[in-house]
Amino acid sequence: MIQFRNVNKSYGKKTILDNLTLDIKAGEFVILIGPSGCGKTTTLKTINRLIEPDSGEIFIDGKDITKMDPVKLRRTIGYVIQQIGLFPNMTVEQNIALVPKLLKYTNEEIDEIVHRLLDLVNMPYEENAKKYPSELSGGQQQRIGVLRALAASPPIVLMDEPFGALDPLTRDTLQEEIKKIQKKLGKTIVFVTHDMDEALRLADTIVFMNEGKVLQMASPEEMLQNPADPIIKSFLGKHMNNGNNAANMVASDFMRAKVLTVPKTKKTLECIALMSRRDVSSLIVVEDDDTYLGTVSVDKIKAEGKAGKEISELVTLESMTVNRNSNAQEAFELLIASPTGYVLVLNDDNTVAGLITKTSMAKAMGEALWGEMTQ
Amino acid sequence: MSYSDFLSKYSGEIIKAFFTHIELVLLSVGIGVVIAVPLGIMLTRHQAAAKYVLSIVGVIQTIPGLVLLGVMLIFFGIGKPPAIAALSLYAVLPILRNTFTGIMEVDSHYIEAAKGIGMNGKQILFQVELPLAMPTIIGGLRLSTVYIISWATLAGMIGAGGLGDMIWTGLSTYETKFILAGAIPAAILALVANTLIGFIQRALTPRGIRLGR
Repeated sequence: MIQFRNVNKSYGKKTILDNLTLDIKAGEFVILIGPSGCGKTTTLKTINRLIEPDSGEIFIDGKDITKMDPVKLRRTIGYVIQQIGLFPNMTVEQNIALVPKLLKYTNEEIDEIVHRLLDLVNMPYEENAKKYPSELSGGQQQRIGVLRALAASPPIVLMDEPFGALDPLTRDTLQEEIKKIQKKLGKTIVFVTHDMDEALRLADTIVFMNEGKVLQMASPEEMLQNPADPIIKSFLGKHMNNGNNAANMVASDFMRAKVLTVPKTKKTLECIALMSRRDVSSLIVVEDDDTYLGTVSVDKIKAEGKAGKEISELVTLESMTVNRNSNAQEAFELLIASPTGYVLVLNDDNTVAGLITKTSMAKAMGEALWGEMTQ
Repeated sequence: MSYSDFLSKYSGEIIKAFFTHIELVLLSVGIGVVIAVPLGIMLTRHQAAAKYVLSIVGVIQTIPGLVLLGVMLIFFGIGKPPAIAALSLYAVLPILRNTFTGIMEVDSHYIEAAKGIGMNGKQILFQVELPLAMPTIIGGLRLSTVYIISWATLAGMIGAGGLGDMIWTGLSTYETKFILAGAIPAAILALVANTLIGFIQRALTPRGIRLGR
């Protein structure tokens, strides 16, 4: 539990934190949001004493953090920044191992931690541990950034707009992952963002700040129903009109229209390269006339593919498909049952129209409930 | 006297001068590093002082070599000590400036991340700042070494020996062969040192950074 009591901070004449009092419950995903300059980042950085308040007290589990050694304090709190901040001179493994090393864990313990954490984000140790940050995609880098923060099992993790610099698709995936990890490991996460979509998607509790004060602290549902201030209302804006009717929707309303397809004549190695570049694990394969043929997964290519061969012989039909005009409920049920985690949407002429994933489904449902979303 | 006669008569002296020259260069650059790197690191911690210190060292750099050697002569007398003292002073500036800028140019978000995960000042310096600044620091070392190889020829004037001896002998006796016997090895030495330090620079650049470029 993190408690702020009458915390003040100003730079010159500008007040950043104005007598801030705030309680953050243990095990919650708490999002600090508000217009720029509202003090959300300052609030975050006072928790690990990167910024020292002018007055007031901050307690973690009842202990006054101003009386603790800041270096020791920071080793017990995970920290993820927007620019990722992986050290370019260290490998993935060395980056993750930093805090456990500072805390003098044994080599065996560190080794176990690195293996376990890489597993957690599906980045196998053998493939990734010895790579340098510059060899990873942006999404992979920030996964490692998150793992570094988790390495010494801190009960609290601070995240300062961690996904702000990522492209929307990668951001979606990482948001899902971090939410899962938080639930699984029971961490208290304090997360700064200016993106209301992100806040609504991730938060147990949203803390809306303005001019150094808390305007409202509530669950996403409550904030949507009863925004306490016109500024909050304007932030929620697009999420608030309840017009659409989910019952009339069809499969194509739920899909992501931009999907990556490859011709069946593509070579195996090119496909592997393409997948790793796009950070995906399977590709949609089409016939010469663009009609749907099947899908091919990275595992399948790695297991059975030979260099220089066309992928047509590796294509499987394990992915579920649905016509674009099918009822939304049908698409929904297929998605739940799908072994691959997605459903392909086909046009009447059997060409590929799009892809329904859990994220695209959630987004469409969100839009049906709360109106147009960004991205 | 033909070139071959000259070489057979003086080759022993040329080789001796060559190694004395290397000795002068290694000692001066070594002392330069020992002064400049810690001083450069200190300046990044006291940036208000940095401006003054860097301009003072910059002024020293502009004192003509002969004048500085003369001044050192007053303090240390004749021989190697005054030469090494003067050359070390010259070696300081490029290394100092590169150490300072190399560390200052380390992206601030690396420092923030390092602090945020609980590194103390020493750990940040040795695990983050110095490795990331290393290519720049070695760049300064490279520059210093090449300069000092050429300036060390002046040291012959105050009896420190080295390839400068050959050149001064040649100048005072109008004998081109002596001048060449000093100048050519010095030029070769500068080229070899430059290439060698280039390799060291590459080797000391963290692999992850080389990949990123």
